[in-house]
Amino acid sequence: MMNEIFQIIGTAFITIGLFFDIAGCVGLVRLPDVYNRLQAATKCVTLGTCSILLGVALWLPGTQASFKALLCILFILLTSPTAAHAIARGAYIYGVKPWKGTVVDKYKAVASSERKG
Amino acid sequence: MSLSGVPLIFSVILFICCFLCLYRILKGPSSADRIVAIDILGILVIGFCAFATVFSGRRFLIDIAISWAILGFIGTLALAKYLEGKNFDE
Repeated sequence: MMNEIFQIIGTAFITIGLFFDIAGCVGLVRLPDVYNRLQAATKCVTLGTCSILLGVALWLPGTQASFKALLCILFILLTSPTAAHAIARGAYIYGVKPWKGTVVDKYKAVASSERKG
Repeated sequence: MSLSGVPLIFSVILFICCFLCLYRILKGPSSADRIVAIDILGILVIGFCAFATVFSGRRFLIDIAISWAILGFIGTLALAKYLEGKNFDE
C-alpha cells in the first residue's frame, strides 16, 4: 500500500520533469542567441532532470539506488549553474554578440577592463 | 527488455528532447551553441539513465548516471576554457 502511494507520487514527479525537459529543449531550438538558449536550456533541463531523479528515488524507497539518486540531484544542482556560468563567460570572451533586442549588457565594461589589465 | 505503456511514452519523449539537442549541435551557428547543446544532452542522458534504472530493474544504471554527471561537468568546463582562449574569426 505504502509502496503504491510512493510509486504514484514518483510517476507524477517524472511526468513533471519530462514536461520541463521538453520545454527546455524547445527553448534550445527556438530562441535567438547563445545567451538566451543557455538560460532556457540550463534552468529548465536542470529542474526537469532533478525532478526525474526525485521520482526515481521515490520509486525505489529505502534502497541504495534511492540514496544515489538523491546524491545525483545534489551534484547536478551544484555543477550545472557553474558549467553554465563558465560557458556564458567563455562565449562572451570568444566574441559572440548578444541578440539585437538585448536591453542591457553590464559585462561589457568589466570584460574590456579585464582584457586590458 | 520490452517496453510498453507509460515507460515507452516517457522514453519517446526523452528521445525527442535528445534529437532537438542534436539538431542544435548540427545547426548551431557558432561553437558556443554546440557546447551548450552538448552540456544539455549530457544532463538529459543522466535523466534517461535514472529512468531506465526503475523500468529495467538494473540498479547499476544509477551509478552510470552519477559518473556521467561528474565527467560531463569536467568536460563542459574544459570546453568553456577552450572557448575563452580562441577568437570568433579564427
